[in-house]
Amino acid sequence: MILKFFRRKSAPDAQLEQGLEKTRRGVFLEITRLFDRGVLDDDLYEELEMLLIQADVGWDVSQKLVAELRQRVERDRLVDPLAAREILREEMIQLLEGSMRNRTVKILQRGVPFVIMVVGVNGVGKTTSIAKLAAYHQGFGRSVLIAAGDTFRAAAIDQIKVWGERLDVPVIAHAQGGDPGAVVFDAMQAAHARAADVLILDTAGRLHTKHNLMAELGKLRAIVQKTVPNAPQETILVIDATTGQNGLVQAKEFSASVAITDILIAKLDGTAKGGIAFSVAKELGIPISYIGTGEKATDLSEFRPETYVDALFFGDTEGL
Amino acid sequence: MFETLSDRLAESLGRLSRKGRLTEQDVDNAMREVRRALLEADVNFKVARDFVASVRERAVGQDVLKSLTPGQTVIGIVNEELVTILGAEREPLRNPDRPPQILMLVGLQGSGKTTHAAKLAAHLRKDGRSPLMVAGDVYRPAAINQLQALGRQINIPVYEEGVNSDPVNIAINGVAHARERGLNPVIIDTAGRLQIDEPMMQELVNVEQRVHPTEILLVADAMTGQEAVNVADAFNQKLSITGLILTKMDGDARGGAALSIRSVTGIPIKFIGSGEKIDALEPFYPQRLASRILGMGDVVSLIERAQEQTSEADALKMQDRLVKGQFNLEDFLDQLQKVKKMGPLSQLLELIPGMGSQLRQAKAEISDDDYKQIEAIIRSMTNTERRNPHIIDGRRRRRIARGSGTSREEVSQLLKQFSEMQKMMSQIGSMAKKGRLPKNMPFDLG
Repeated sequence: MILKFFRRKSAPDAQLEQGLEKTRRGVFLEITRLFDRGVLDDDLYEELEMLLIQADVGWDVSQKLVAELRQRVERDRLVDPLAAREILREEMIQLLEGSMRNRTVKILQRGVPFVIMVVGVNGVGKTTSIAKLAAYHQGFGRSVLIAAGDTFRAAAIDQIKVWGERLDVPVIAHAQGGDPGAVVFDAMQAAHARAADVLILDTAGRLHTKHNLMAELGKLRAIVQKTVPNAPQETILVIDATTGQNGLVQAKEFSASVAITDILIAKLDGTAKGGIAFSVAKELGIPISYIGTGEKATDLSEFRPETYVDALFFGDTEGL
Repeated sequence: MFETLSDRLAESLGRLSRKGRLTEQDVDNAMREVRRALLEADVNFKVARDFVASVRERAVGQDVLKSLTPGQTVIGIVNEELVTILGAEREPLRNPDRPPQILMLVGLQGSGKTTHAAKLAAHLRKDGRSPLMVAGDVYRPAAINQLQALGRQINIPVYEEGVNSDPVNIAINGVAHARERGLNPVIIDTAGRLQIDEPMMQELVNVEQRVHPTEILLVADAMTGQEAVNVADAFNQKLSITGLILTKMDGDARGGAALSIRSVTGIPIKFIGSGEKIDALEPFYPQRLASRILGMGDVVSLIERAQEQTSEADALKMQDRLVKGQFNLEDFLDQLQKVKKMGPLSQLLELIPGMGSQLRQAKAEISDDDYKQIEAIIRSMTNTERRNPHIIDGRRRRRIARGSGTSREEVSQLLKQFSEMQKMMSQIGSMAKKGRLPKNMPFDLG
């Protein structure tokens, strides 16, 4: 049932469905059971906090969610656990929606490439996510160009080229070890020359603690802005769904060096809930815009707080 | 949010100690802080609960309640317990009954398997061995090219059969290939996979049954959250995992995942990946990770990094000065010069143990441009002032500010931060001298 929402056009995939099935057990079943037990007591609140922490929601946010729930239950003198459950659900959705309001409206202008810069730490799934984003924009009939900006990691260029061939998307690439700035410069020229609608810039994975590498991102951004002043119109930070509390630090540090406009949570087809999204939304207000749920180019969907919260925390069996 | 467990404990218990004895209630409050810090370090919630219970049991004992510095005593207990869980002894790689030694790397997507196959190969070659790497990831685009490129870079052969072959056969043929040529060890790279992906997990089981690896090493990302345990447990149930390689430890993740995995599955941590360079692979030292989870700083790493820039004798002298609380502004300036070559200043400060929250606050505000300012301020001091910062009075401050083109407030701030740091370090140092610290505090170079 999650598939209805989380996937766009492609047909349901049995294997993926199985994967999400697993994700859906675990935490949300336990949350449901917790409220089914019937009493709103200290044990329930304590267990709820544990369940949220188990989903990587983090200590601070879990405390806050539970405290708010408790306050409202006491204020309204609620005794019905299901009503309390609904309050929690709404709180969680609201928390995420708060940051969704910061999503900027992006307009594709004729003759101006819509530049998407994709950044993140090593191994989060940037390259695969880029392939998915390319397919996503192709789905709207847009012409896409990819810049192989990861000139550092061995065979990263080959990897993105394989995707380019599969999707029939041209890839602008230099040799490994080259200057990523030069690749980006060439790609900007190519995007104009070929009148590409969308240009996606791959970048090498880097830990947010590496000062020089973070500064390099700023330079790449400056190169893009030489030809298109308001570009990149979208700067996406990819976060691995299994990431723990370090995800918040990542988001902070990347935001400081390049203005992150959107977050993509990758690998949400595993058992991880990506609960760090709540901390990022609450602390930084950066909208989660996309989620990745598999290894195929079509496994990308737009993020919707309600669907996400229902599917991963409460089960989506009710009210649908 | 960067406030660390050791700060919090020292703060909350330290305040109480001035009033007199600790009550059980105080210990409970402290345990709450411990639990919170563990959870913020991504320690699995069950592991955190059990851990707190065992620390509490020890902490309510006589020695803590009577101790003059209960904060430090509790930190000591937490530290000891952490080291116990992480495995007090370092476990080396196993030797096979007959060669070659076969090391198979498994894990989730993006954990760093391919990179670490190469790191491991380069590491083992240092012992005079001739490794072979086997390209078993036929799924991820260009994964084979990646391993080949790494192989060329470090001049280690790679066995591959392209993407149309079966990973099980590739592994079997790879081992046969190594036998024929007398290559040893064989390092098998495999595709990243979700632990819930049955067919993919079965594939690994088949490889295990056919080639009988000497070691199956789970490669796990240090930044992993609460799922780490489930992932490791699932891999361990299907395969006999013999060790863990914890990657991306050069970031600032606290690495609680490692603690959880070790505690729940008992899998020993064998290596730490600490950078993108091929030689960034270190044997695992439990004490260092314990310090990191506690947020106590890591003098050993500090010294090691300094060693890259200076001689061993100099580094040892520095260690001695740190422990004895003789670290002065001259040393600080000297370190600044060296650390400029190593990376941002904030990283050095992070490594200094017992950093007070004020200093941490300051750290957050220090950017690389501030290097210059700090340098200018210290350089505007006389040698005597650098060695004895306490003699710097109002007039000296004014002169230093003028000399360095800063304000008196800025000079004062630097001095205040420095004295804070010095105080903390000499405290720890004197405790070490009196033998009040557990044996394996960060100074144990073990």
